[in-house]
Amino acid sequence: MKNSHLALFVAALLLIAAGCAKKEPEAEKAPAAEEVAAPKIDEATAATITGKVHFEGTAPEMKKVEMPTEAVCHTKTQQEPVHTETVIVNDDKTLRNVFVYVKEGLQQKLPAPKEVVVFDQRSCWYHPHVVGIQVGQPFKILNSDVGVLHNIHAVSEKRNGFNFGMPGKEGIAVTREFRAPEVMVRIKCDVHSWMGAYVGVLDHPYHSVTGPDGTFQLKTLPPGQYVIEAWHERYGTATQNVTVGPKETKEISFTFKG
Amino acid sequence: MAKVHEPHVAHAPQSFIRRYIFSTDHKVIGIQYYVTAMLTGVVAGILAMLVRLNLAWPAHEWPLLGKLFPVGMEFGVMKPEFYISLFTMHGTLMVFFVLSLAPVSGFGNFLIPLQIGARDMAYPFLNALSYWTVLPGVIIMLSSFFAEGGAAAAGWTSYAPLSAVQEAIPGSGMGQTLWIIGMVFFIASFTMGGLNFVTTIINLRTKGMSMRRLPLTVWALFLVAILGLLAFPALTAAAVMLLFDRHFGTSFFLPAGMYVGDKLLAHQGGTPLLWQHLFWFLGHPEVYILMLPAMGFTSDIIATFSRRPIFSYPVMVLSMVAIGGLSFVVWGHHMFLSGMSPYLGMAFTVTTLVIAIPSAVKTFNWLATLWRAKIEFTAPMLFALGIVSLFVTGGLSGIFLGSAAADIPLHDTYFVVAHFHFIMAGASLFGVFAATYYWFPKMFGRMMNSKLGKLHFWLTFVAYYSTFFPMHYLGIGGMMRRIYDPTVYQYLAPMQPVNVFITLSAFVLGAAQLLFLFNFFWSVYKGKKAEQNPWNANTLEWTAASPPPHGNWEGPLPTVHRWPYDYSVPDVSDDYIPQSVSPAEVQARKKG
Amino acid sequence: MEEKATVKSGRSGEGLFLALLIWLMVIVTTALFFKRAWWLPTLASDRGGIDGLFFAILIVTGIAFVVVQAMLGYFLWRFSDRSVARAAYWHESRPLEITWTLGTTVILSILILVGLRLWTRVFSAPPDDALPVEVTGQQFEWTSRYPGKDGAFGRTDPKLFSPDNRLGLDEQDPASKDDIVLVNQLYLPVDRPARVRLRSKDMLHSFFLPNFRVKQDTVPGMTVENWFVPTKEGDYEIACAELCGLGHYKMRGLLHVLSQEGFEKWLAEQGP
Repeated sequence: MKNSHLALFVAALLLIAAGCAKKEPEAEKAPAAEEVAAPKIDEATAATITGKVHFEGTAPEMKKVEMPTEAVCHTKTQQEPVHTETVIVNDDKTLRNVFVYVKEGLQQKLPAPKEVVVFDQRSCWYHPHVVGIQVGQPFKILNSDVGVLHNIHAVSEKRNGFNFGMPGKEGIAVTREFRAPEVMVRIKCDVHSWMGAYVGVLDHPYHSVTGPDGTFQLKTLPPGQYVIEAWHERYGTATQNVTVGPKETKEISFTFKG
Repeated sequence: MAKVHEPHVAHAPQSFIRRYIFSTDHKVIGIQYYVTAMLTGVVAGILAMLVRLNLAWPAHEWPLLGKLFPVGMEFGVMKPEFYISLFTMHGTLMVFFVLSLAPVSGFGNFLIPLQIGARDMAYPFLNALSYWTVLPGVIIMLSSFFAEGGAAAAGWTSYAPLSAVQEAIPGSGMGQTLWIIGMVFFIASFTMGGLNFVTTIINLRTKGMSMRRLPLTVWALFLVAILGLLAFPALTAAAVMLLFDRHFGTSFFLPAGMYVGDKLLAHQGGTPLLWQHLFWFLGHPEVYILMLPAMGFTSDIIATFSRRPIFSYPVMVLSMVAIGGLSFVVWGHHMFLSGMSPYLGMAFTVTTLVIAIPSAVKTFNWLATLWRAKIEFTAPMLFALGIVSLFVTGGLSGIFLGSAAADIPLHDTYFVVAHFHFIMAGASLFGVFAATYYWFPKMFGRMMNSKLGKLHFWLTFVAYYSTFFPMHYLGIGGMMRRIYDPTVYQYLAPMQPVNVFITLSAFVLGAAQLLFLFNFFWSVYKGKKAEQNPWNANTLEWTAASPPPHGNWEGPLPTVHRWPYDYSVPDVSDDYIPQSVSPAEVQARKKG
Repeated sequence: MEEKATVKSGRSGEGLFLALLIWLMVIVTTALFFKRAWWLPTLASDRGGIDGLFFAILIVTGIAFVVVQAMLGYFLWRFSDRSVARAAYWHESRPLEITWTLGTTVILSILILVGLRLWTRVFSAPPDDALPVEVTGQQFEWTSRYPGKDGAFGRTDPKLFSPDNRLGLDEQDPASKDDIVLVNQLYLPVDRPARVRLRSKDMLHSFFLPNFRVKQDTVPGMTVENWFVPTKEGDYEIACAELCGLGHYKMRGLLHVLSQEGFEKWLAEQGP
């Protein structure tokens, strides 16, 4: 009889409607349009803060990384050993992988740079180990390990978390953005427990990571008073108050004790 | 008894919405449930196909599928988290939203008043409400695929801590929360339905319909409703606790010292085993919630098409009561190796093997019903016989798993997958098919195409065995459940051809269901008009028109004079005597 | 039925066809069991009793399977005769009921008793000379630990967990100095009972040794012990049998069963 057909039809419609309704979340992924009337930095007056991060004491020995569960990477590490990057002390007793950034004192809101931060998974290891980025800045994740499945898991207390698998294929890339300032977001691979990295997410572009010479540079800062923080994954944080005038370049230094 | 109800069902509501959408007519609601379950079943079946695809060719690149599933199969390769979501949702949808919904809520609603001689369910409004509660549940469950991180990914059992810690797996984010909410809707709906079933069966039986004259289908549904009412509260409690652990920092299921995402969690004092106890306290009766209706349908359909009374009706009822009762004390057999005390394992071994006795008795009774029968091989009968075969296969493999020591190598392997796909999934799926072919004329007033129906059976039966039986061998060979790529293990790699064979069979099985869908929707509109009693059956629904009007019977309610299994009574001209036929009429029909 | 009414004669082809299908299914599946094309992985431990029990149940259920399915097929063929005037009106037989209820009960009781005996043996107290080993599951690796020369496991504390200190070993504790920690590798001597302490750092895992008939969930917050005797030298796979996250399928380790001397030699090489 008729009533049964209609009941059928209606139930079907409802399910279909349910199916359509779900598509919405995908549409909202348009890039955050924060660039309206973005304030500009006056190049003429911009100041710079540079410096070094020193290390005192004996550096702990960094262990060789074993990659027993991933045959491809295991073979590679047998040829070129990889060492943990937790504490790397350069020859001149400076400390690498320290994230130095402006913690307080910035008056202006600056638009996110278009410049892409590349984050690679190569030989079951993250490159780089520590990196800074601004909220909304593109974070391009690569997987250069062909045939190896990685998983990128960002562990966040804020809204920066993500967690997804990434099969290893030529030219594969996923671009993400971070949503809230957070120092630091831990990135790890759930498939390979030895893989770990840190991303410092800020709402401005004034950050730097110390390299093989232990130096950092915070360029094109508006003159003013700042709190500068240095963060290290093992030795914690240290802060300094710095005042810079127009066109001034100030040199500061941090020291971590082992 | 039923007279109490007669006044308010006298007029069928006239407006479209009241009549077809927010209807309180048990038949409309039953069909709403059925169709919801059927469409959910299509989704759940497709999920299974994807699971099988990946198991046969793990991590293979399928560019086309990459376009269809832009997140889960980004770059064309199935991601492990998507794979896990697929089998999690396949299980959840099938167990709760298809194989509970279709036989219990669908056929239960449709059949109970018709088979006991009532105008409607005891609480028609509650009945409608229960449907409109489960529908959001279905929608929430399905929508979880579009949540960030994908759908729930802790298995249909949602074991904590995987389900309790958001960082544990991508699907443990929003997807798991939606899973819990969807389940709460389902349980609320099922509870309303259960109350309605029990009240209706106890209070609204027509004159003469004593409990000892109830068709076995109604007995099964009655027991199922009781099981649901007693078992589901445990899951409700567990689901709420899980929600609290996830979002409000409680520690029901989380002990101290858990290190997830390179962070030490602040939880302390809980235990993951609590979830398992609570879940399986529901989970095992739930298995019988799926199976009992199938047992009821089979008994009635086999009797009808054997033209034989069901063998040993009182024992059939008692064995169902025993199965229902025992189902509450066997849950621990899912937990032999969970870290639970081995003494408990011993107790649960005993109860588990005891429950095999009434199950075996039922099988023998079905066989005895076939003895000296005059079998008519209709589509519903073929499926009912299929159930007997699947039930035997699945029941026997259960004996391995029920014995704690033999369970050690087989636990959480494909042997278990094979076992429950035969006994729980297979029997109840075939039960739904049998019931659909059998009662379709009553539901829609038209016949389903019998040739297509039989073809559907042959393909399904063969494909079912070739899909699920080889899983026993995989399980014996040690292949674990829920693994994305078995070829990672050297000892499993040689069995990969079996996985390919199973996948191909599964595709045939899936494709065969298209016949059913086509037959169903085609027959709703174009099927041959059905007579009132096309199968010459005895139960009361066949004394109503096809389909029955609002209120089920035009005139007064039928009076019952006998049990429903008077088939081939000697010396009577017809080989069946409907329940409503009085002894006097039988006298008149006696052969001269 | 649609096209009934006319009483046909002879057996229904459909009955025969279904019977043949069921028989064919029984023959094929049983033959595959006999052929043992896919079978329990080679046994390498003292838990052969489990194989025995498996086999006993296989024979009992196998006979029941063949007999009942064959009977079902036979009935379908035999009682599909459409020329028979009428089916039998017969629905009770106390002796039959009692026979199959009692028969099932007796067979199941025997299986229960045999099974329980074995179960109590598997979970009995380990022998005194058993080698203590600890295996800790984490996403998605097995970490094994040996107590070292002092025979005592060092103290661990979850607060000390870090990417560099996977077990949270307390270096202040003298007992922890000589603990040997390995990832995804487990070494055991042949013919000596091994007593495995199973723990988990995060999710549920299940320590599964297919060749040893060993399977035991590891549960965060709990320590579960299992003991067994490896009886065959060689390399065997360790698998995870409980869904623990997206790398569940990759949680594979290796168990090396060495000769007694080989094991002592290996152990000596590990020491600091």
